[in-house]
Amino acid sequence: MNTNNDTIQGLVGGDYKYGFVTDVEADAVAPGLNEGVIAAISRKKNEPGFMLDWRLKAYRHWLTLQEPRWANLRYPPIDYQSIVYYSAPKKAGQGPKSLAEVDPKLLETYERLGIPLHERERLAGVAVDAVFDSVSVATTFREKLAELGIVFCSFSEAVQQHPDLVRKYLGTVVPYTDNYFAALNAAVFSDGSFCYIPKGVRCPMELSTYFRINAANTGQFERTLIVAEEGSRVSYLEGCTAPMRDENQLHAAVVELLALDRAEIKYSTVQNWYPGDAQGRGGIYNFVTKRGLCKGRESKISWTQVETGSAITWKYPSCVLLGENSTGEFYSVAVTNHYQQADTGTKMIHIGRNTRSTIVSKGISAGHGQNSYRGLVRIRKSAENARNFSQCDSLLLGDRCGAHTFPYLEAANPTARVEHEATTSKIGEDQIFYCNQRGLATQDAVNMIVNGYCKEVFKQLPMEFAVEAQKLLGVSLDGSVG
Amino acid sequence: MTPLLEINQLNATVEGRQILKGLSLTVHAGEVHAIMGPNGSGKSTLASILSGRPGYEVTGGSAALDGEDLLGMKPEDRARKGLFLAFQYPVEIPGVNSTYFLKAALNEVRKARGLPELDALEFLEFIKAKMKVLELDPSLLNRPVNEGFSGGEKKRNEIFQMAILEPRLAILDETDSGLDIDALRIVAEGVNRLRKPDNAQVVITHYQRLLDYIVPDYVHVLHDGRIVKSGGKELAYELERRGYDWLTSEARPVSPELTTA
Repeated sequence: MNTNNDTIQGLVGGDYKYGFVTDVEADAVAPGLNEGVIAAISRKKNEPGFMLDWRLKAYRHWLTLQEPRWANLRYPPIDYQSIVYYSAPKKAGQGPKSLAEVDPKLLETYERLGIPLHERERLAGVAVDAVFDSVSVATTFREKLAELGIVFCSFSEAVQQHPDLVRKYLGTVVPYTDNYFAALNAAVFSDGSFCYIPKGVRCPMELSTYFRINAANTGQFERTLIVAEEGSRVSYLEGCTAPMRDENQLHAAVVELLALDRAEIKYSTVQNWYPGDAQGRGGIYNFVTKRGLCKGRESKISWTQVETGSAITWKYPSCVLLGENSTGEFYSVAVTNHYQQADTGTKMIHIGRNTRSTIVSKGISAGHGQNSYRGLVRIRKSAENARNFSQCDSLLLGDRCGAHTFPYLEAANPTARVEHEATTSKIGEDQIFYCNQRGLATQDAVNMIVNGYCKEVFKQLPMEFAVEAQKLLGVSLDGSVG
Repeated sequence: MTPLLEINQLNATVEGRQILKGLSLTVHAGEVHAIMGPNGSGKSTLASILSGRPGYEVTGGSAALDGEDLLGMKPEDRARKGLFLAFQYPVEIPGVNSTYFLKAALNEVRKARGLPELDALEFLEFIKAKMKVLELDPSLLNRPVNEGFSGGEKKRNEIFQMAILEPRLAILDETDSGLDIDALRIVAEGVNRLRKPDNAQVVITHYQRLLDYIVPDYVHVLHDGRIVKSGGKELAYELERRGYDWLTSEARPVSPELTTA
């Protein structure tokens, strides 16, 4: 904590020696964070004044906060002055020129994930034609969506082209005062996605960050905002299904979802940031704030997440159930292998009458992995006839890993009906032997058993994503049995 | 001719306790052997050792399948070489679809035999015929492996898997336990249909009842970790009449020659 105080002291002192490089020639600002850096980010993005004001307010608020340490996670102090807060997408020529220059191990992983070749090139940061292909693909879809009045673009574009929408909704679900990492994100976020579904429109396709070319090299502080107007419906996929080759980088994203009357938002994530190596070196620190507000009556927000990456995961996709008869759902698979640590779960805040929520969490620990489920179900006094069902299962592979469950339950209305089921089991030696006896190798058997265990969550994912999630699980658990 | 299975002076312990004490048995292709014996005589241990279940330690002797050392192989390699164990207590695997599981198993075995893998359509075609033999409810195939199956369904499912994997050597561990007479008949008929000149079956059972349906060529009595008597199918009837006491009270090892066909 001392370190953080020192950091804050240094910031308050207005030390500009890590100041920014002018934006004309540079792709990135120098490491460090101060109001100058934030102004530079805002200027580089050519943002209107309200954005800079908001960023600076967030930054000043952040300075008053302490980094939260209540999670069941262990990591060395983060030096916020050593981080580069803005890095523009790499230009052609800076990345590897061809697949031949890419780490063969990375390619091997892509191969096993079954990612198509042009996709692999893009994921590896190879600046080739494939990138331009993707641009045209993205444009095609965007035109089709525009006909329906759907806005789907990068956050930067939204700020330029739809400033009124951004101004109206930004920070309404996750204000910058929400928590330490949300404040940091608000101050420095460089890009992200923006999605607006007008009244009564059912989005005809799954929206995915895959469609957007500038997603490939977006910085580590993205911000996503999805607004579903009355009676609209959208399914959004987020995720990079390829490992990133980053060393202990901080990733602090914010996702805000807003559902108005009878609107439905389904948000699916497959998170596979670089988890660090088998010895626990490197890997992403993933501190993410995701929240959905069911503002309208009979609205519905459903989170599905498959978390296999990152060295540290701190993430609680939540639903605030304000509208009458609104519904929140959370389906999660979290895997920790080697030295990965995850503290993840959800919050279901019941405010409106007849609100319902469902939580299904499947934690899998292998190696030295530590996996915690942390979930809050809060039934406010106003939430007449609220119902919640929670199921939290933990599966242990081996005897050096850990599983922990921290359920919090607050019911202020006597009509609430809340059910909680929790199990912890070790993967059955007899199940593995049964598979062995039918000719399946132990690793295949483990993958099969674990996939079976996760089925309830996977079936919530869109088809192609479910297939990828299954493969990813196999890769993540590789080497988890001796 | 190389025997299909040759066990020679096998010694094994479980948690430090010696269960098998010099067991020898030779099985040739085309034969059905029954292994009978009182509870605790080592019948299921023998099945576990041959299939490679963890937790059992071989302390002496040898076992070979088609002349190849069995005991040094991983369990999955034994299976791929054609050793099949019909489990006494088939385990449930929640969430894993039965068809998916079986297809994966069959393709592993086919790969090991140098045969091309079957795709989903070919596989469904392949299993359709096998389903009928065991009067198995087709809906079981869409359910997770053994999950929520009745005792009889689990046992039938074991034999169904055997029909699909077409093993060289099938070991049936107390397959009759928990079956009513109709289920027993169906299971036994299934097993009998799978009997071929180039494969063999070792039927482990406590009761003679099963042997009314699966007629063995040889019957062995296991007691205290050894085979103490071997004979033809009539030995089973004698055991039914006289019990095991007359054998176990004067238990003595028999020489390997006696157990060889």
